[in-house]
Amino acid sequence: MTCLPKHPSQKKLGLVIDLDICVGCHACAVNCKEWNTGGHSAPLTDIDPYGAEPLGVWFNRVHSFEIVKENGQSWTLNFPKSCLHCDDAPCVPVCPTGASYKRSEDGIVLVNADYCIGCKLCSWACPYGAREFDTDQGVMKKCTLCIDKIYNENLEPQYRVPACVSTCPSGARSFGDLGNPNSDVSKLVEARGGYDLMPEQGTKPTNKYLPPRPRNDENEHNGQQMKLTEIDTDGANIIARWVDKVLSR
Amino acid sequence: MHPAKSVIAFTTSTGAGYGLLIFMIALNMLGLLPTDATFALIGFGLAFAMITIGLMVSALHLGRPERAWRAFTQWRSSWLSREGVLAVITYGPTGLYGLVWYVYPQSIGTPFMMAVGLFGILCCLGTVFCTSMIYASLKAICTWANPWVPVSYLLLSLMTGALLCAALAYSFGYSTTVLDISVLVLLGLGLAVKLVYWKCMRETTCISTPETAIGLPTTQGGMVRLLEAPHTQDNYLLKEMGFVIARKHAAKLRKISVATGFILPVFLVWFSSVLDPSIAGYPLMSAVFFCAVGVVVERWLFFAEAHHVVMMYYGHRPDEFKT
Repeated sequence: MTCLPKHPSQKKLGLVIDLDICVGCHACAVNCKEWNTGGHSAPLTDIDPYGAEPLGVWFNRVHSFEIVKENGQSWTLNFPKSCLHCDDAPCVPVCPTGASYKRSEDGIVLVNADYCIGCKLCSWACPYGAREFDTDQGVMKKCTLCIDKIYNENLEPQYRVPACVSTCPSGARSFGDLGNPNSDVSKLVEARGGYDLMPEQGTKPTNKYLPPRPRNDENEHNGQQMKLTEIDTDGANIIARWVDKVLSR
Repeated sequence: MHPAKSVIAFTTSTGAGYGLLIFMIALNMLGLLPTDATFALIGFGLAFAMITIGLMVSALHLGRPERAWRAFTQWRSSWLSREGVLAVITYGPTGLYGLVWYVYPQSIGTPFMMAVGLFGILCCLGTVFCTSMIYASLKAICTWANPWVPVSYLLLSLMTGALLCAALAYSFGYSTTVLDISVLVLLGLGLAVKLVYWKCMRETTCISTPETAIGLPTTQGGMVRLLEAPHTQDNYLLKEMGFVIARKHAAKLRKISVATGFILPVFLVWFSSVLDPSIAGYPLMSAVFFCAVGVVVERWLFFAEAHHVVMMYYGHRPDEFKT
């Protein structure tokens, strides 16, 4: 059924992404591709992967932005983006076939590839661009929150986290139950002022982003070359004064 | 949004087909079209052909057309599903009305057939409304999320249907003043609603910006600029949502649409009404052709000019492509 769950559980599994820590290495995107091309929504088809116009399905993409402040100062922000597993997911009710659904037990939004007719309407409804169409398979694909990894009893408990989380070399990604206010991720969001993307779209995303920590602006300069201090040459010897005179022309 | 040929063909062809059914049935119920079996065959045949071809074209553009039947299951939540269900239901009453008109014309006008006709008209209107709501319900496409979308789909469906009906009626020598006036009024209303829609599109500011897309708190805010896209080549999102080619010629295309889709047909409808009835069908036939060109251009612009908020993640600004 493509209606959103009427009685969702309190459990809301999702990610917390720390923009202060992310270095933009794309490891999360690569490991996501690696795991999921053999996972629940496999394969993550690539068309012409080594040619001039490669086109492929990815669940996770890392954008890099420049934030330009009013004083002309700018800084770089690396911004990983995948499905936010919204509470009020707009991609789910538009589905005409029941392929797109939100699990009532943990809030994960999935696509049933056996029901999907490839009408693409869900990707139109998503403001975040979280869904990518597989032209080869003719069905829509999206982040599964590594459902086949987080509940996988063949793995040691510490490995039961999404591929993007376990691979992040800087620890910028956390996984947990954002519906439980006492979970580590909820506490992290609370402490760091985690926020929603595009709250005005009314999607109530589960995933949260942590803002970069405030910069120390005390010794900032705006990119102009620093001026060298004038050096007093009066006390120098005659050769040094002559060299200084010649070179100062 | 990428203006897929299949979706343009689907919305324009089924729209005109349902409009034609509405006018055939309504005018017949009012006693303004004679119960001529050949006329019914051509009129209903053309309408059903346009609707069926439109629906089939839209089904063929699916990634998995063989599963299209599944689209009838989610009518509780999905406008696309509702559209599919209503499209199938509409064949019932409209087909019955056409069949009775063709086989037992003496039964037309009975209360039962009046009820069937009325139900058929409501189904046609409902189907076109559902089609429009597929687009108008998408909040992520700020250009579409307004009431002018359903109004323009309904009016343009009635307009193209009325013009087709008039062209057929004139060819059979069944011209009526009511139909002439309906066509002229609908052409005027159709043009008015498109002008209002375009004005609304220019003046509406999208609620999302690159700043809300990234969502930094205001204390750290500033102007957001894309430094590096996540991929070197276009991906699905950029191909589907990032269509910008049309916008270069949008102003010219709008003029072409207004001239061929609305103004030229008005002139040709007037021209045919002053001509001798034996040759009055020809200017109307050409009016149908020009109107079709204009409406296809209008529909192409409807998709091509639609702005999806996902493009904010690719450095587009909401007002960048307004023309």
